[in-house]
Amino acid sequence: MHYYQTICILSPVIATKANNSSPNAKAVIEIKNLRIVYPGRGPKHPPKIAIKDLTLAVYEGETFGFIGPNGAGKTTTMHVLLGFIQPTAGEAYIFGVNVREPIARQRIGYLPELTYYYKFLTAEELLRFYGRLFSIPQPELDRRIDYLLKLVDLGQVRGKPIKTYSKGMQQRIGIAQALINDPDLLILDEPTSGLDPIGRMKIREIIQRLKSEGKTVFFSSHELGEVETVCDHVAILHEGELKTLGSVQALINQYKMDLEKIFLKVIGYPSAN
Amino acid sequence: MHKIIAISGVVIKELYRRKDFYVLFVLTALITLLMGSANFFGDASLVGYITEIALLLIWISLLVISISTAARQIPSERENRTILPLLAKPVTRGQLIMGKFIGSWLAATIAMLVFYLFLALIIWSRGEGPKISTYIQGIWLHWVCLAIITAMAICGSVFFSAPSANITITLIVTSAILTVGRYLNLLAEQKPEPFQSIIYAIYYAIPHLEWYDLRDSIVHKHPPAPWWAAGVVTLYGTVYSAIFLTITWLRFKRTPLINA
Repeated sequence: MHYYQTICILSPVIATKANNSSPNAKAVIEIKNLRIVYPGRGPKHPPKIAIKDLTLAVYEGETFGFIGPNGAGKTTTMHVLLGFIQPTAGEAYIFGVNVREPIARQRIGYLPELTYYYKFLTAEELLRFYGRLFSIPQPELDRRIDYLLKLVDLGQVRGKPIKTYSKGMQQRIGIAQALINDPDLLILDEPTSGLDPIGRMKIREIIQRLKSEGKTVFFSSHELGEVETVCDHVAILHEGELKTLGSVQALINQYKMDLEKIFLKVIGYPSAN
Repeated sequence: MHKIIAISGVVIKELYRRKDFYVLFVLTALITLLMGSANFFGDASLVGYITEIALLLIWISLLVISISTAARQIPSERENRTILPLLAKPVTRGQLIMGKFIGSWLAATIAMLVFYLFLALIIWSRGEGPKISTYIQGIWLHWVCLAIITAMAICGSVFFSAPSANITITLIVTSAILTVGRYLNLLAEQKPEPFQSIIYAIYYAIPHLEWYDLRDSIVHKHPPAPWWAAGVVTLYGTVYSAIFLTITWLRFKRTPLINA
């Protein structure tokens, strides 16, 4: 059964999405009944359910916004997709390969929420290192490094250690490392968090460019205006539960309000009513 | 294999871009140089003692360099979260462990070669030194010993989250094995049961690092040990390193990369 069809039982909005789905579209991400429970640490810290039976699919070429308040389980879901966390129950697949297999990450680019890179390396060394992990041949790697440093406007500082970069520059080198293998799927965890308006605009431009190239982008964000502008589809997660899922336009048409208000309504924020 | 080499390359780069490493490196090189070149009262035998002290210093420095480098690798990757973009690539945790091990071991190897080269230049520039074959065998076995110590420190790093605790414990255990490991069987003979069996079990379980220490043979200009024996000890070291790395992998493969 189609995953959207499964969820249609739960939400009328998803039915719209299911109707709009191209029958030939391939699922790039498939999450089936995913459950994450963090074990308790004594009576004062009982087990915590981070994700409650999440089922969703993201299709080829989609720009998919994964939104929810802090602690909703967005990053946890992304960490499952990347194999960082083992699910308590359920399965997740990327390009049809179980995420437990390292090969599932061959066609993925990942940008973490904060800049977690080797600060003693230069931008060029960092990209070369990550490129070698994908076994990219040397001439091709040289070409990609040049292209990406130009794309993220870091060509002038390519020989300087990352520790000397500003936050915006570090976020841009993060984008470059996520693109080093020319991935078919990008997983971006709050790519614009903490950036100034110019930095946010640059990241948005890069996402738009990737979208126009037909890449699948799965990203979380608190910038709902940005999600509304950039994304085709969204999923709203709250306290580990999928509250709604569907195309941005279908949601706006159904609720007759902007995405921010829809979000507040769906998570049950009082002022939204 | 190229993924392992890429990871180990970053380990080496990190070590050689750290200022604290250079302090230890330059200090040891300087003391080795001074000790080796000293010539009190023109007494040749005194130079032998000084060479012995220089060798001891090399052993201590390399112990500190290899343990402190290896013990930090996985905890700092987790603490700084650089492990996230790294393992988001098609890299297995086994490859990560091997890369960290080889990188730490090679970094210590480079330091070791420089130290021994310094010492060799000093010794042989002053006339008759130890037998070259013994000296080479000493370096070889020291190198194998560093592999065991590095693997032990990497293994400790997946059990102790704080690198400082791991460094301290590994340094104590390694020093204890080097100094009293060889006497454990003699101690066991003097003890009643069940202590005897326990001490014997420890004696047979620990890696006997003292077998790799040829300082006395170098200082006293002894001929090298038979090469077949060096080969057996190398095999023994390889097995112990593999055991420590396997334990590391078994522990690390299911460990969540970040805490809830």
